[in-house]
Amino acid sequence: MAEAAVQEGQFEAMVHPHLDYLYAMAVRLCGNRAAAEDLVQDALLRAFRGFARLRNREHPRLWLVKVLTSSFYDRLRRERRAVAAEVEVDEEFDLFDRITEEDPFPYSDRVHLDFLDLFDDVKLIEVLQRVHPSPRVALILAYVYGFAAREIGTITGKPLGTVLAWLHRGRKQLERELWEYATTHHLLTPHVEGQR
Amino acid sequence: MISCKEAVARLWTHLDRNLGGPQERELEEHLGLCRHCCGELEFARQARERLRAPAAGVEIPPEARERVERFLERLSKKD
Repeated sequence: MAEAAVQEGQFEAMVHPHLDYLYAMAVRLCGNRAAAEDLVQDALLRAFRGFARLRNREHPRLWLVKVLTSSFYDRLRRERRAVAAEVEVDEEFDLFDRITEEDPFPYSDRVHLDFLDLFDDVKLIEVLQRVHPSPRVALILAYVYGFAAREIGTITGKPLGTVLAWLHRGRKQLERELWEYATTHHLLTPHVEGQR
Repeated sequence: MISCKEAVARLWTHLDRNLGGPQERELEEHLGLCRHCCGELEFARQARERLRAPAAGVEIPPEARERVERFLERLSKKD
């Protein structure tokens, strides 16, 4: 592929406005700030190496997200963590039904929303870490950052069917993990936790 | 008509606008008659909203920003 000429400082000027965005995404992918900073630096190095081949420099965000995601997968491989392994999910578990059955807020007329209110951004980041990496990436890109399934396919280099399967598994796992987190962190009333 | 289990399995995909043709129509028919699944749909919508990044996002702490900016500057000098 023909490489575009690179002027001094051009890469820095293009990337700098996106640093906060990339860092926030890295925190959600990695679950902590130290790993996120390392991931951003990995991604910047990778982006710099590919910069000469980048054609659309006016709107680089999707490309930068793709680079960040690839760097995240590389990091998982280096840590010898399974990236593409099949994820077993409990298809029978339904969070809405579990909340209805357990009724953790008996005096509330918005019990399901009260459950969601237990989770601030920090807790949600913790819960997301419990989701298997590939479905987690799909969940974060789709629901935290609003990418469409086809865009996630472009970012991850996977077909649409794979992305939709990740989203399904990720949601099922997330539902289960939200409930587990709420019970193990004593966010619900004691009598409900005792019935698990 | 599809079962509640099948309808619930399609809710998030429906909200993502990734359901098509007959699957979408079957779900809409089900939702028109099933109050329970309408509750599930609203819950799925709220859970989806809850995941969205807060407007402020997560900002880089000043020391980390300094390190990342220095790294970026060093890379750029190799231009």
